[in-house]
Amino acid sequence: MIPLSWYLVVAAALFSIGVYGVLTRRNAVGVLMGVELMLNAVNLNLVAFWRYVTPTKMTGQVFAIIVITVAAAEAAVGLALVIAAYRTRRTVNVEELDTLKG
Amino acid sequence: MTTAETFLYLSPELTLLLVAALVFVLDLVWRRDPDRAHRWLPWVAMGGLAVALIITVALMARNPSAHIATMMVIDPMSLFFVAIAIVGAMLVILSALDYIPARTPYVSEFYALVVVAVLAIAIIVSANDLILIYLGMEFLSITSYILVGFLKRNRGSVEGALKYFLYGAAASAVMLYGMSFLYGATGATDLEAIARVFSGGLTGDLALMGFPAIALLMVGFGFKASLVPFHQWAPDAYEGAPTPVTAFLATASKAAGFAIIARVLLVGLPMFQEKEWVPILMGLSILTMTLGNLVAIQQRDMKRLLAYSSIAQAGYILIGLVAIGRDVAFGGLSGLLVYLFAYLFTNIGAFVVVIAVENATGATDLPAYAGLIRRSPLLASMLLLFLLSLAGIPPTGGFLGKFLVFGAAIRAHFLTLAIIAIINSVIAAFYYLNVVRYMFFVQPPDGGRKAIAVTPAIRVALWVCAAMTLLIGVCAQPFVTWAAHSASLLAAVW
Repeated sequence: MIPLSWYLVVAAALFSIGVYGVLTRRNAVGVLMGVELMLNAVNLNLVAFWRYVTPTKMTGQVFAIIVITVAAAEAAVGLALVIAAYRTRRTVNVEELDTLKG
Repeated sequence: MTTAETFLYLSPELTLLLVAALVFVLDLVWRRDPDRAHRWLPWVAMGGLAVALIITVALMARNPSAHIATMMVIDPMSLFFVAIAIVGAMLVILSALDYIPARTPYVSEFYALVVVAVLAIAIIVSANDLILIYLGMEFLSITSYILVGFLKRNRGSVEGALKYFLYGAAASAVMLYGMSFLYGATGATDLEAIARVFSGGLTGDLALMGFPAIALLMVGFGFKASLVPFHQWAPDAYEGAPTPVTAFLATASKAAGFAIIARVLLVGLPMFQEKEWVPILMGLSILTMTLGNLVAIQQRDMKRLLAYSSIAQAGYILIGLVAIGRDVAFGGLSGLLVYLFAYLFTNIGAFVVVIAVENATGATDLPAYAGLIRRSPLLASMLLLFLLSLAGIPPTGGFLGKFLVFGAAIRAHFLTLAIIAIINSVIAAFYYLNVVRYMFFVQPPDGGRKAIAVTPAIRVALWVCAAMTLLIGVCAQPFVTWAAHSASLLAAVW
């Protein structure tokens, strides 16, 4: 059987790619995609731990399903905000959203 | 526990849920008569919150320690925070009565969402399981994003909401990564089960888990409590948001952040106190108060100034958690509760003054406060009281909070931390008093002839905040006893 650590390494790599996306993307939708990658890394972790640590209790799977569901709700609100920003500013570039500063 | 008891302990949450649903439904029913909806719905929400507050206080008197299927714990501490959130929301709704209808046609949704946010806080502060903690945090975050971006045609409001959302989504993903490792290390998501696994001895891999897991979790919790370096969203979201929402974020939502930090660290991870979380919290606390105060000095916008001031206050509040020693008095945690309670009235009061000035002048920058004493003696003297309390000058509630928290730090031998905090309080007094200088000594551009009208609702909110700020400072004993009592059960678990 594939050892647990392999899954954790893949998840860590995925999480790092997500963090990189969040930090470097200037487009709000791009940042959101980075966050989704981070969440998927978490799901991978949860399901791998479920399989290897507590295969008889469903905690890990339930947690992963809840994460997926909440991520969908979060994306809905987030994209609504992106659209609202686009309507008032004609841009979704986070560097150009700079009325508030100090 | 029987079903009836479960319903009894969940009754504050159920009431809040019903009230929010009722406001939404009544808005639909009265769709053809928006005037009636605008006039009555805030009072429906206020009445519902008042009922929930009465139930919460009645539950407190029963002194419960009830587990609801390992997911939630209803104890005096969680009820304390529920009460804080409800009182905060009531003051926010009072102060929003004129503010929101003047800026957007979607009035009823605002009141319903404030009630929903209180429900989210009620879930967070009693959550005892990583899954429910995550759900509650996301529930509060998503509601807050909508509230911040509520004025969707206003550039600042939408921009603040988008930044808040992007930071929040990333912070909660990092927090989840930490949670996944805690689950992997212990095979449990329930805080007490996690504590049981760790108390079996920190050997090998388990010992290594402590630091990374706590650091990752603190990203998400620190985001809610707006601790440096997870604070970047706060100034923008606070400035852009409708001012009543800012008041809510700076008090009730922040309090929820501290409640969850306290519960997770004290119930779930007590064995990592010495080497892991005390140093982390101490570093965060010093960074938070110093950076918050230094940046606040340069601010020229009142909302932004109060945003940085509230970041700095979060640093002082955190000292209460650092100072928790293994002593019986447990002074740090009860000091933290008193601080949060006093801070609720003080900070909401300050924001209510900002709302009153904004309603009259449309401006939130410091020059709008020039000569306020002549244009509205009431607002100026109230703001003076709240600023003195924020600066921690007796006989106000802010002084009592600082006194207890710094005192706990000194008793627990965190002398350096206490000294840094006291130096910071002095720096903070500088920018608070700068606002006072504007109000009393700077000539207003128009000669100060135009008086600022204060509506009855704002007047009531102001008097309540001022009375409580003074009452906590002058007759401290009942509040200290109440806080110590609320903290005691958590101390017993610990």
